[in-house]
Amino acid sequence: MAKKLVIEHLNAWFGAVQAIKDITIDIEENGVTAVIGPSGCGKTTFVRCLNRIHEVVDSARVSGRVMLDGIDIYSKTSDPVLVRRRIGMVFQKPNPFPTMSIFENVAAGLKLNGIKKKDRIADTVEQSLKNAALWDEVKDKLFKPATTLSGGQQQRLCIARTIAIEPEIVLMDEPASALDPISTARIEELIQQIKERYTIVIVTHNMQQAARVSDYTGFFLLGELIEFNRTSDIFTNPIDKRTEDYITGRFG
Amino acid sequence: MSSLSYLKRRAVNSLMLVLSYGSAMFGVAVLLLILLYTMARGASAINWDFFVRLPRPTGESGGGIANAIVGSFVVVGVASAIAIPIGIMAGIYLAEFGKNRLAPVVRYFADVLNGIPSIVAGIVAYTMVVLPMHEFSAFSGGVALSLLMLPIITRTSEELLKTVPDTIREAALALGIPRWKVTIFIVLRTALTGIITGIMLAVARVGGETAPLLFTAFNNSFMSLRLDQPISTMTVLIYNYASSPYRDWNEIAWGTAFVLIAIVLVVNIVSKLFTKAKYAL
Amino acid sequence: MKLATGDRTIRFLSTVFASMILLLIAVIVYELFKGSELSIGRFGLKFLVTTTWDPVNEVFGALPFIFGTIVSSVIALIIALPISIGIAVFLSELAPQAIRPSVSLMIELLAAIPSIIYGLWGLFVMVPFLQMYVEPVLSRYFGSIPLFGGVPIGVGMLAGGIILSIMIIPTIASISRDIFNTVPMLYKEAGFALGMTRWEVISKIVFPHSRSGLTGAVMLGFGRALGETMAVTMVIGNAPSISASLFAPSYTIASVIANEFTEATTKLYVSSLIELALILFAISMVFNAVARLLVSRERIVQ
Repeated sequence: MAKKLVIEHLNAWFGAVQAIKDITIDIEENGVTAVIGPSGCGKTTFVRCLNRIHEVVDSARVSGRVMLDGIDIYSKTSDPVLVRRRIGMVFQKPNPFPTMSIFENVAAGLKLNGIKKKDRIADTVEQSLKNAALWDEVKDKLFKPATTLSGGQQQRLCIARTIAIEPEIVLMDEPASALDPISTARIEELIQQIKERYTIVIVTHNMQQAARVSDYTGFFLLGELIEFNRTSDIFTNPIDKRTEDYITGRFG
Repeated sequence: MSSLSYLKRRAVNSLMLVLSYGSAMFGVAVLLLILLYTMARGASAINWDFFVRLPRPTGESGGGIANAIVGSFVVVGVASAIAIPIGIMAGIYLAEFGKNRLAPVVRYFADVLNGIPSIVAGIVAYTMVVLPMHEFSAFSGGVALSLLMLPIITRTSEELLKTVPDTIREAALALGIPRWKVTIFIVLRTALTGIITGIMLAVARVGGETAPLLFTAFNNSFMSLRLDQPISTMTVLIYNYASSPYRDWNEIAWGTAFVLIAIVLVVNIVSKLFTKAKYAL
Repeated sequence: MKLATGDRTIRFLSTVFASMILLLIAVIVYELFKGSELSIGRFGLKFLVTTTWDPVNEVFGALPFIFGTIVSSVIALIIALPISIGIAVFLSELAPQAIRPSVSLMIELLAAIPSIIYGLWGLFVMVPFLQMYVEPVLSRYFGSIPLFGGVPIGVGMLAGGIILSIMIIPTIASISRDIFNTVPMLYKEAGFALGMTRWEVISKIVFPHSRSGLTGAVMLGFGRALGETMAVTMVIGNAPSISASLFAPSYTIASVIANEFTEATTKLYVSSLIELALILFAISMVFNAVARLLVSRERIVQ
């Protein structure tokens, strides 16, 4: 497998507070990489650095390198807009555009990225909703407001919206934490289905979820990467004592 | 417990609460009194001709205020054309790019400008527009009203854009949409219902202004659509006709007041329902 | 880099438009000063204390108008303040949830009624009422006090003050209501737990907590009264005199501009009127500026 993202000595701050410290990690192409750790450990900040959405917040700062197919997304010539087109993101709370219909939500990324052909947009919307396992539930009400959907449906809509612009990597920041168990299961199923086409990085506080869906797992603690390995190894044979304490439920 | 002081405290309490209820009733009563009186007295002056005819000299019956209705819309239209784009852009600045030292200053002066006496806006429009053009004009009236409209639209837009959660901005940015498109096609669009409501209220407010129009839009007995000519408006017409000694003109003033108040009420109530429906989401 | 251009354009444009608000204030000040140049040159500071207003002989003084403006606004405030606070207390503390929104709406509608309608109503309804029922009674019982001396003719300072008070009630009431609403429930509950009556909680906990915001609300209301034109013009009598009597006709800055600006024939006359506008602008800007600081401080503290 190829290395899709190579992260070297990544640091991030909010004002004077350092959220992540000197992270070095490789993300494999077409794999699912899970990031686990107790709340406040910097895992969310970490993925937000990977598509340069971290810097949207005031006073946020980043140093280090994130190489996407060998080119640093933080180099001077790199445009965050183009980076984000290749690296999509699904957020913790479902955040569909509230005044848009289901169809418009999925189409928004396409339209605002300059795609005008109506039939192509319609095709992509349908395909994305199918890939997000939402099509059957919404095909008869595509032009209803997105806010009429349930929380789990909204989150799948957000996934559809993200994959509609065909990114290479999909970042997921605790995508199921606001959802009920059945919706959570559907999201996990969905991750399994789409991982052949995308490289996925998923943040979760739920270790069972990491164990179920991911190929690789990184354990974060207090802004540092403690351990990174194949998921099967991390959960059966952790090297670091702190990792072992965490996955056996001794803290966090 | 000293029962006497307790009784006194209870008595004071009851008295003050009754006064508070009384104040509220007074406010409501005044509103109803003004509305119902205006409606009742104005209604008798209104008929179809009232809306489609031009004013007649006193003593002749059957005149209307068509020119004033049209004129009010023209002047308010000019004001909107000036104030809405500037106000929305300034609101975007305050809400989206306002994390710097200029923004609080702009915000503060917008609020201060909001308290400018409307007659002063008229004077400024007079010296800026009427003097150089050597003529009272619909355009100068629009300029005067735009001065009053601008701060309202700016602050309303800002407040409503700020109600759009950051998660929506981030969702859009994460789709690789450039910042400016996010601002206009996502954030502005999300807040649009509210902003339109705010604009409607601002339009209704300046549409009821009289003082700034007295020496800008001035007056015109005829139908006019020209921006460089004096124009009649409902409010100035009410003032002129109410101050006249002729009873039939006084009644036309009441009829016009009816039309004006009906417009103001409808806009206010509709926009209230609008915002309520939105919050219910 | 086409994309960054779009970002820079909207940032630049919005900054320009926002700066126009500052520019506008500067333009207003400049235009008012330029317009009053002639009058300032001729009368200097004496303009502020001269009581004569004589267009025929071209002697102009602002004092009667400053007097009329401030006194009518003070009267308005004296009437409006207790009522507004009463309404605000009702809306924030007492009213049953079911009727709260509709009463709120009605109070806000009072603010939406155009000034000219208040004037019309004042002239045709309130003034005759004052003349027939209120002023004769006041005159009969309190006529020896200069305040209620003179002939009751309806139009005059009292009518102006009353109509202004109605117009500023919604301003003061709705801001006060918002400010009372920010007082944490916790404090009020603490008061009730100490055995305070409802009024004691309101007067000893809610009011002190809202002090600076209330001051701001009052100043905003006062600022609005100072600059109000049409309604006052129609009921205040429009005579540039300074009288101790509430029944005597008076004149405000805004009214004299409204009445005489289009008739002002000489350059000095026009300039004097513009200087009046400058004075009005200055007074109301000071009130507004301070009021905004007070109201916003209150809201930031929350």
